[in-house]
Amino acid sequence: MDSGSLTWVLVSAALVLFMTPGLAFFYGGMDRSRNVLNMLMMNFYCILIVPVLWMAIGYSLAQGGTGDFIGNFDFVFLKDIGILEDNGGQIATIAFLGMFACITPALISGAVADRMKFSAWAWFVPLWLLLVFVPVFKWIYGGWLGDRGSLDFAGGTAIHVNAGIAALAAVLILGKRKGWPTEGHPPHSMPLVMLGTGILWFGWFGFNAGSALGATGQAAQAFMNTFLAAAAAGLTWVIIERFRDGHATNLGAASGIVAGLVAITPAAGFVSGAAPLAIGVVAGAACCYAVKLKNKAGYDDALDVVGVHFVGGLVGSLTIGFFANPEFFGAEFKAGLFNDGGLGLLGEQALANVATIIWSFGITLGIMIVLKKTIGVRVSEETESQGLDFAEHAETAYH
Amino acid sequence: MKLITAIVKPFKLDDVKAALASSGILGMTVSEVRGFGRQRGHTESYRGTEYQLDFVPKAKIEVIVEDARADSAVETILAAANTGKIGDGKLWITHVEEVVRIRTGERGADAI
Repeated sequence: MDSGSLTWVLVSAALVLFMTPGLAFFYGGMDRSRNVLNMLMMNFYCILIVPVLWMAIGYSLAQGGTGDFIGNFDFVFLKDIGILEDNGGQIATIAFLGMFACITPALISGAVADRMKFSAWAWFVPLWLLLVFVPVFKWIYGGWLGDRGSLDFAGGTAIHVNAGIAALAAVLILGKRKGWPTEGHPPHSMPLVMLGTGILWFGWFGFNAGSALGATGQAAQAFMNTFLAAAAAGLTWVIIERFRDGHATNLGAASGIVAGLVAITPAAGFVSGAAPLAIGVVAGAACCYAVKLKNKAGYDDALDVVGVHFVGGLVGSLTIGFFANPEFFGAEFKAGLFNDGGLGLLGEQALANVATIIWSFGITLGIMIVLKKTIGVRVSEETESQGLDFAEHAETAYH
Repeated sequence: MKLITAIVKPFKLDDVKAALASSGILGMTVSEVRGFGRQRGHTESYRGTEYQLDFVPKAKIEVIVEDARADSAVETILAAANTGKIGDGKLWITHVEEVVRIRTGERGADAI
């Protein structure tokens, strides 16, 4: 790897690491004050356990060898990976991808907020990482889905659709929060939410532009797309709620920004021009309505992981089927419908998402059922009403 | 001696404090409280879902005055805290048996 690219990948990796604390604040602010530390800890736990697992076996199973469905054991404990031949390029890439592995299970924490035992979460994260994240990652980046020609630049399907549908499976087993939906659970600190949103957006430049894995024109275009789509989606969300509900809200702006970031993630290195604006507008509008689904369908996705990450990721991934533009990037990938590519790419995008949804939903259900039958997944009713911070961590956020 | 307890809109607290101070009241105790009266609570909207919040923030002011000054103190608070809109709050007056200044042990009106 040349020195410019190596520098960019390392900087991007650090940016992506910062997203997990950003997500923790984004979720933590939306949570109630008696559960905010539990939410922060669920996220920070991911950056404790995942790097260790990723180095030990995760990366090897996710990227080793040429298998269609799962990697091999060639790189267990980073075996035989030198820094001399490629100027440290592979080590930098492993670190960069490890940051993605950290934030993906962390996304699910928003759905199970306020009621999941920390011990159950402590088991859930490593099990989910190895049984769901790792195989899906392999399918898309170096396995059967990627080989068929489906596109996922920085993880719209592998990360957001994957974690989003897993969040749905998890809350179906975990059950609703006490009092939901009749009793309100408004955010305890909107300033924390806005701070977290800013950190997420900042880090997302590394997430998307870094996924070019080099200091290239594609990285620059992905950077610009990340900038535009988030702004367009945030703008769309606040305009809709201004005319639908009467006010432009901070939480609407924050949710729209995140929805736009999620949607541009799979497309960032494949689209250009006005396409990121269109993707942002569609994602902002779709997610703004999708967050209401939980009330109608009756699943308690506390902080809207399904409505924002699943729906946003799906929107982004499918829109690639329309907007992908290989000519602009001078690269060999399938063109979208609007660039004379026909419906082929859209079909591949649909297949990749359907496969991910089936696997992730099914295996996550299985993990949650096993945990429920063994150690239990839910805190006691007393803990739930007293707050998880004190009961689970012996700490209190505010005195 | 009388204890005047006033529940007012938080943004009116500074006005009430200034008016009482300029009318010669030397001390007061203030707390942040939550509650509702006829105003009921208010609704907030997050991601399009409306939440009814029953308790709204208010400021509680407690002032002890000599009997003779009670009426004028009440008038001062009323003038300063009134916006004419629902939710302006309430005040009430209670009889105080005794007041003691902890530092000196002075009692009664001297301790105010």
